[in-house]
Amino acid sequence: MTTETVHSNAGAAQPVLEVKDLCVSYGKVEALTNASLTVGEGQIVTVIGPNGAGKTTMLSAIMGVLGSKGRVAFDGTLEVVPEVERMVARGMNLVPEKRELFGEMSVEDNLVLGAFQRYRMGKRDHAQTLEEVYALFPRLKERRDQAAGTMSGGERQMLAVGRALMAKPKLLMLDEPSLGLAPLIVREIFRIIAELRRRGVSILLVEQNARAALQVADYAYVLETGQVAMEGPAHLLADDPRVIEAYLGFGKHQDMLST
Amino acid sequence: MSADRLLLGGFLAVLLVLPAVLSPYYITLLNYIGLYAMVALGLVLLTGVGGLTSFGQAAFVGLGAYTTAALTTAAELPGWLAWVGASPWLTLVAGLLITATVALVLGSLTLKLSGHFLPLGTIAWGISLYFLFGTMESLGGHTGITGIPPIELFGWTLDEGGEIYYLIWAFLLVAMLTTHNLLDSREGRAIRALKGGRVMAEAMGVDTSRARMIIFIIAALHACAAGWLYAHMQRFVNPTPFGVHIGIEYLFMAVLGGAGYVWGAIVGAGVITVLKQWLQDWLPQLLGASGNFEMIVFGILMVLVLHRAREGLWPILKKLVPVPAVRKKIDDAAAPLPRRTLPAAGEPILVAKNVTRKFGGLVANNDMSLEVRAGEILALIGPNGAGKSTMFNQISGVDTPTSGEVLFLGKPVAGHDSREIARMGMSRSFQHVKLLPTMSVLENVAIGAHLRSGKGVLSSAWRLDRAEEARILKEAAWQIERVGLKDFMYEEAGSLALGQQRILEIARALCADPCLLLLDEPAAGLRLKEKQALGELLRKLRSEGMATLIVEHDMDFVMGLVDRVVVMEFGQKIAEGLPDEIQKNPAVLEAYLGGVE
Amino acid sequence: MDISIALILGQDGITNGAIYALLALALVLVFAVTRVIFIQQGEFVAYGALTLAMMQGGSVPATVWLLLAMGVLVTLFDGAAALRSGQARKALGVAGWNLAYPLALAGLFAVVPVASLPLFAHVVLTLAIVVPMGPMMYRLMYQPIASAPVLILLIVSVALHIAMVGLGLLFFGAEGQRTPAFSEASFDLGPLLITGQTLWVLVVSALLIVALYQFFERTLYGKALRATAINRVGAQLMGISPALAGKLTFLLAAFIGALSGVLIAPITTIYYDTGFLIALKGFVAAIIGGLASYPLAALGALAVGLLEAFASFWASAYKEVIVFTLIIPVLLWRSLSTHHVEEEE
Repeated sequence: MTTETVHSNAGAAQPVLEVKDLCVSYGKVEALTNASLTVGEGQIVTVIGPNGAGKTTMLSAIMGVLGSKGRVAFDGTLEVVPEVERMVARGMNLVPEKRELFGEMSVEDNLVLGAFQRYRMGKRDHAQTLEEVYALFPRLKERRDQAAGTMSGGERQMLAVGRALMAKPKLLMLDEPSLGLAPLIVREIFRIIAELRRRGVSILLVEQNARAALQVADYAYVLETGQVAMEGPAHLLADDPRVIEAYLGFGKHQDMLST
Repeated sequence: MSADRLLLGGFLAVLLVLPAVLSPYYITLLNYIGLYAMVALGLVLLTGVGGLTSFGQAAFVGLGAYTTAALTTAAELPGWLAWVGASPWLTLVAGLLITATVALVLGSLTLKLSGHFLPLGTIAWGISLYFLFGTMESLGGHTGITGIPPIELFGWTLDEGGEIYYLIWAFLLVAMLTTHNLLDSREGRAIRALKGGRVMAEAMGVDTSRARMIIFIIAALHACAAGWLYAHMQRFVNPTPFGVHIGIEYLFMAVLGGAGYVWGAIVGAGVITVLKQWLQDWLPQLLGASGNFEMIVFGILMVLVLHRAREGLWPILKKLVPVPAVRKKIDDAAAPLPRRTLPAAGEPILVAKNVTRKFGGLVANNDMSLEVRAGEILALIGPNGAGKSTMFNQISGVDTPTSGEVLFLGKPVAGHDSREIARMGMSRSFQHVKLLPTMSVLENVAIGAHLRSGKGVLSSAWRLDRAEEARILKEAAWQIERVGLKDFMYEEAGSLALGQQRILEIARALCADPCLLLLDEPAAGLRLKEKQALGELLRKLRSEGMATLIVEHDMDFVMGLVDRVVVMEFGQKIAEGLPDEIQKNPAVLEAYLGGVE
Repeated sequence: MDISIALILGQDGITNGAIYALLALALVLVFAVTRVIFIQQGEFVAYGALTLAMMQGGSVPATVWLLLAMGVLVTLFDGAAALRSGQARKALGVAGWNLAYPLALAGLFAVVPVASLPLFAHVVLTLAIVVPMGPMMYRLMYQPIASAPVLILLIVSVALHIAMVGLGLLFFGAEGQRTPAFSEASFDLGPLLITGQTLWVLVVSALLIVALYQFFERTLYGKALRATAINRVGAQLMGISPALAGKLTFLLAAFIGALSGVLIAPITTIYYDTGFLIALKGFVAAIIGGLASYPLAALGALAVGLLEAFASFWASAYKEVIVFTLIIPVLLWRSLSTHHVEEEE
């Protein structure tokens, strides 16, 4: 599928993140091929696509967890080789698909560790940030002394997001935040994503829950087998039958049935 | 004659004439290299191939040396033991038996634990034995045992360096040949799967703990035989050459030479031995003090090798003399492997009843039931995080349900390890492809036939397994052809595209002759053409009577292919039925596309 | 054996056990955070003891030149990398810690006659020389291969152990050394004579364990190390780099090792290669704790110390054999409670 859509997010006001021709391969298997995307300041940009399309790989490469080829410019500076600690220090944070919490440590310790990089750079305001995060997630405050590993799926996701917010990120990247969560909690998570944008955080959201993601996002990319297959303003893509087709293959199959 | 045969012949010829042209000093050096290479060869098998290691090999050398020294020099042995002392050849047998016993005990203590407990155990055990040799009066304490008789062979007395030279190198060459043969066999494939492929190998029915034990014992026996030769070459023993630091040196030899290669053992032993001689002459002069300063160089050299050339010297040397790889021949005349009779179509093969699995506060599966019947394809689908993988683990016996049960052919799956389940006739693929990337496609698939064959280590080492091996390879080749990978049979598995790797996994599962195929997200990451090929293959298998359970995310792939569908969300079944019904089910659409008002 | 001998042996056992406990804690910590099996811990013990002994003997400790050499290498690697990416300030920092600091120490020895300094100053200087070798060693030897399998890291450790023993022989010679006690005082406690050095060992070990506990429970850096041990990926995403965690861990381990050496130097004669046996007893204790549990490792260390003390009385020739054979039942017990086939890292 070629990019027929003429839309481009290049015109987004003040791009926070600009990725160009990003390639990642595992051994000889190429997982991401020449993927490009832009996140403008204060925007929510979503990347949707079926399982195995390379969404998680893309986030990991931008963050520097995975080695990659291509150009990643963050906050106006080109990163030759993205390096995790540097990206965190510069205000990029990733909430990974697997959450990666510190299971045997308390909720509060998990949160405080989110501010490690700031603390290291001499910005020791984590007590205040902690209160802000607690205000956003009152549930975490109730459970501050509980071990992270004993919490339910929804609470873990909130903790993972809260922990990332402790770093006061400019760009927050969320990998499948609704994964395995009940609808009520998914709604809560998306409410918070919208709230964060209001507070000026730019967000790159990878989702399999396409409807919810397209509803909350400003701009969207559809990833398929490691390539950007489509892109456009989220509200346009939400109504585009080709998205459903690319994403689920539903439409195509029904066509096959009807002919 | 092929190039590699020619090289080998040349090497042997040189070995044969060396004693005639070299001075005794160099012959002694070659004797040591041969002995050390034998110990290092054991470590090649253990460390380079099997991913385990031991710093205690010197202690096994000591066991071999001290056994023969004590038995052949004892003034009077108790009557029942006297016959052993009569000949070094009998004490060799005694030493091998003792060593095998000790290795068995030590191995059963550490081999079930993760890999670093073995080396730590061997350090402790190496030190214990070293002190034991040094303190036991009957073993001569720190002065050791003298007056060990020379070995006699067909009436010859091997009491000169140039004579025992031939025995040492004959032992080494036999050890190398048998190791090489072993690695190229059914057991050898199991051993080669130990490093990075244990979970896969277990699912194919390989007892990986046993395979680890086997290589540990073989490595110990090589060391023991070297010790026996050493004792009769030196004609006296004391504890010094059997300490842990010498054990560490043996490991350095294997790593430096190339721990993954049979020939690496000789290269490593040669380089370290010669370097040591040279440094021992040279370093004390340079530093103006006496001591084992070569250890400083060895230590730093080893770190550099591990940083810069982890595979060791052999692969680098090998590139200098390109020898074309020899392809395995498939013998079309080989008899087919035995097949199991498939259950009659429509008969329930797999039944999951009310399976619930909780992890702490998370309920990953809640009251899940499903049934797979012979000759059908059932799809278990649902959005990411719905609990499909957990359900897959309950069915394949990797995990045990908190409540409820899974019956396979009427027998409960819980409580059986993946080997037993494979034996019962369930064969699986993995969501994250698990194959041995440096082995050929053919060998990867052949692992699947592990349970349909039975030749062991000894037959493999001495090439008594060739008839069965031909049957295995023929079966593997047939399965490869069946899935359409014939053109890639001799390629390295790691060089295939992801889609082909997934197909390879199916061929490997088929090679086990299962009656139920479990496929975990086989279409993930595949391109359209690859998906179509995969669908084609699964249809073909169904027409041949195979029952298949597919766990999938990709609806499109599933809908045109399967007979029935079970849909999961939040760990529960939300729908079950024919593909057409499922597609129109609003709950399923909601689950897939998500919805926030 | 009568009760007074038992008490004396018990005292010996507990004193040694305290040292083994410190070493075992360091070994567990290093393994948890970096997956490195810290075989060369013993050499840090020996370097600590013998560096102190050299200064007591009035000579400039040769270890200061090793520190300088390692510092030069780190400066070359990290400084050059920092300059290449245009971080001049970082390069300056690297050079400050790794080049200027060892040079300053060497300069101090050139100016101040060693023999004129009191014991306390010698102890401080010993730690100042030996401890920074820990993080430098991590940087040079482990950081480039931090994601390698445990087995590879283990072989690197063993190689470093071998090299450090050889260097130890070069620096300190083959003669054993014993330093004067920190305190000549002794107390009678019933039938038991407690020496001042024993008290020093016990008190310092206890203080150190409490301090370590506080560090891991209360400080953000301590929590960061725990977090790395629990979830490496998660920690990295918080900006806790494996390199930082590794260097910090090796700093702690080297400190524990060198301090242990300083503490036991007045009790036992230390040779250039003694450290290995001492650290291995720490290992036996760490294995009792499954290389994961700190309290079990500490208890195991006391058991090892006591076993060793009593074994030396009953069967002194077989003392080492008995202590190292102890790990067999421990491994058996661990082995019986494991049923899982796992992929090796």
